[in-house]
Amino acid sequence: MTADQIIFLLCAALILGSALMVVITRKLIHAALWLVAALFGVAILFAILQAGFLAVVQVVVYIGAIAILFIFAVMLTRREMLDNGAQTRSNWWLPALLGFLILAGLVFLIIGQPAFGQSAAEMPTGVDTLRNLGIALVSPDAYVLPFEVASILLLAALVGAVYVASGNKE
Amino acid sequence: MSIPLSWFLILAAALFSIGLFGVLSRKNAIAILLGVELMLNAVNINLVAFWRYQDPAKMAGQVFAIIVFAVAAAEVAVGLALIISVYRSRKTVVADEIDLMKW
Repeated sequence: MTADQIIFLLCAALILGSALMVVITRKLIHAALWLVAALFGVAILFAILQAGFLAVVQVVVYIGAIAILFIFAVMLTRREMLDNGAQTRSNWWLPALLGFLILAGLVFLIIGQPAFGQSAAEMPTGVDTLRNLGIALVSPDAYVLPFEVASILLLAALVGAVYVASGNKE
Repeated sequence: MSIPLSWFLILAAALFSIGLFGVLSRKNAIAILLGVELMLNAVNINLVAFWRYQDPAKMAGQVFAIIVFAVAAAEVAVGLALIISVYRSRKTVVADEIDLMKW
């Protein structure tokens, strides 16, 4: 077992443990904080995969913006009854069974593929992934259209969110 | 890097299943959105892992991961705005009690 694998396993334990706490903890504000831990674990995973830019974006966008948005929403909609009453539906075992079946099926499929057992090749020298990513995002030959569609989607979503959430519209 | 690709895929599958369980079992609408975030992150792990293990010179995996980031941010902004708006008019965030459009 190499150092890479030990780091990966620790990171996986952090992610899965935090994710489980997100779905089973009773207090919603704690669930939001556990989500921050899970997202941080995913950022470490991106760093292990040598996608440094995505690791930074994960911390800035997910932890810095989305998680804070969740915490604000929890505080704005807080009610004592919700923290004390049942947090899960009465037939919660059905989703648990479904999730377990999906996990078992996926693991069965992944283990059955010998190609997925390979280790990664060494990163080719002289390849600047950050530069390549920047060029790919704005090059007409590559992904400029999905990039622009994503930015328009984001703009529309933000305008819509401001309109929906603002209270006084007469 | 000596980690097999299947480890990443199994981790992402487990994270997706946990998120799915959260979405289907929670009553609170905000908790449902938390589960959706976990599922989107599982997808991102898969995209970046396949990018790294197949051909790091082609950027398709990372570009799509960035688009998933943007979609996740849009989804959370609109979803939480809707929840806050519903909470203002109906004083509840329990998904079962939001039955305005139920016939």
